[in-house]
Amino acid sequence: MSEAAPQHTAVAVEGLSKSFELPHQQVNTLKERVVHPFARRTFERLDALDDLSFEVRSGEFLGIAGRNGQGKSTLLKCLAGIYAHDSGRITLRGRLAPFIELGVGFNPHLTARDNVVINAVMLGLTPAQARARFDSIVAFAELERFVDVPLKNYSSGMQVRLAFSVMAQVDADILLIDEVLAVGDASFQRKCHDELEAMRADGRTILFVTHDMVAMQGFCDRAMLIEGGRIAAQGAPAEIARGYDEVNLGATAAHEEAVS
Amino acid sequence: MAAREVPPAYEMTGPSAFSGSLRRFVDLATILARADYKVRYYGSALGYLWTLGRPLLLFAVMYAVFSQIVKVGEGVEHYPVVLLTGIMLFYYFSEATTRSVDCVVDREQMVRKIHFPRMVIPLAVTLTATINVVFSLAAVFLFIGLAGVEAQWGWFELPLLMALLFAFSYGFSLLLSALYVPLRDVAPIWEVATQALFYATPILYPIELLQERSQAVSEIAMWNPLAAIVQQARHALIDPSAPSAAEAIGGGVYLLIPLGIIVGVLVLGLWVFNRLAPSIAEEL
Repeated sequence: MSEAAPQHTAVAVEGLSKSFELPHQQVNTLKERVVHPFARRTFERLDALDDLSFEVRSGEFLGIAGRNGQGKSTLLKCLAGIYAHDSGRITLRGRLAPFIELGVGFNPHLTARDNVVINAVMLGLTPAQARARFDSIVAFAELERFVDVPLKNYSSGMQVRLAFSVMAQVDADILLIDEVLAVGDASFQRKCHDELEAMRADGRTILFVTHDMVAMQGFCDRAMLIEGGRIAAQGAPAEIARGYDEVNLGATAAHEEAVS
Repeated sequence: MAAREVPPAYEMTGPSAFSGSLRRFVDLATILARADYKVRYYGSALGYLWTLGRPLLLFAVMYAVFSQIVKVGEGVEHYPVVLLTGIMLFYYFSEATTRSVDCVVDREQMVRKIHFPRMVIPLAVTLTATINVVFSLAAVFLFIGLAGVEAQWGWFELPLLMALLFAFSYGFSLLLSALYVPLRDVAPIWEVATQALFYATPILYPIELLQERSQAVSEIAMWNPLAAIVQQARHALIDPSAPSAAEAIGGGVYLLIPLGIIVGVLVLGLWVFNRLAPSIAEEL
């Protein structure tokens, strides 16, 4: 393969914390405020991310594992600049493209053509670049026949294919990928695998959230396990996969105990 | 294989109202405005003719009522085109602001998934309304010509008046779209407020009618930026003998009041939007 490219730190996270306030009762209208002027809005604090620090080298493929609700998606959203973090510091080198919650934010009333251009521009291309790459994006998604159909008529699998294709073609240096391989048929999954391999060969930095430990061990150079908003373990993917299985087993055992 | 260049480091501080280059800001706003246009007329046979048709129909109804039944327009030179111009200008303001109220919430899928300067969303909506009003004004000038109004130098004031109206509308767009995220009451409140503003602006009735009742009240009514803009449009575009905004407000220096309100709303809108922008994705 390539000679060792000089590496640099692509993502540096220092002491990142993020908490959410979960209101016990949503107060959303004036009437509720007027009727209960002194009713204090009570909150439950949820520390979604608690003093996280880690670094990712350029060209590294980092797997992130963890059970639902432990902070994986919040971490990606903070990195992507969708959530504002409470404290800590995120330093990035290079353009970042997120692929979060199975999509890149399409408008269901617009055609695939319009959506692709809009999203490519939102992800950092100029309108001219976006239009120039339109054909290859659609070809990759294998949706040439449907480019002028509004997206609401697409199946969810087709939407994910299109979204993944956009993200893959915008030339980002850092990719945040959350659960992409869960949807799409077997042939497209295979294509995604190939594309991920190609991105790695191209020296891109990838942060990859997944519950699929086989995929994680197949792709990732390194992995970490997130539990309760903290990094519970970091290391070789095989090791992290074992840790992940253990926390899942533990949760199952606790559940069975509670039931019986 | 060539190594990728080392890109410069930057800090990700989270979502914001305005970030990135001006170029990107403009690209995003125009591309969203175009998309907005397409979505709006998706499935309607006459497409954007409706943009023109709606205020024209509104004008027809009002003209019938206020020139035939309630004769407030009597004695106003070129009343029909004065009324039409006023309606078009007001309609621009009301369309830009009303459609802005839920624009950020409407684009939830985008806001929750991509980092981009949030301020482009209300800007796109205001731009769409601006494109519409340019077409509407072309129609207005057709009617002004048909009514036998002679071409005059005052027509060159139109870009300035439109710029002021744009600034006022965008200020409200920012304010309303940001406040609507945590407080949904904004929608019905604004609906009533625009109605009130319409009747507070000398569109149906001439400002002279107020002056006859009370000079002081008519001057205070002109503090409303919409009143000042509409009145000046009547003076400059159609009837130079009608009082200009400066005359109606009681002296040119008092024009600083509506001007101050425009600047104030714009600054307040920018400030509020900027403050609320980081938490929009969480509040949705």
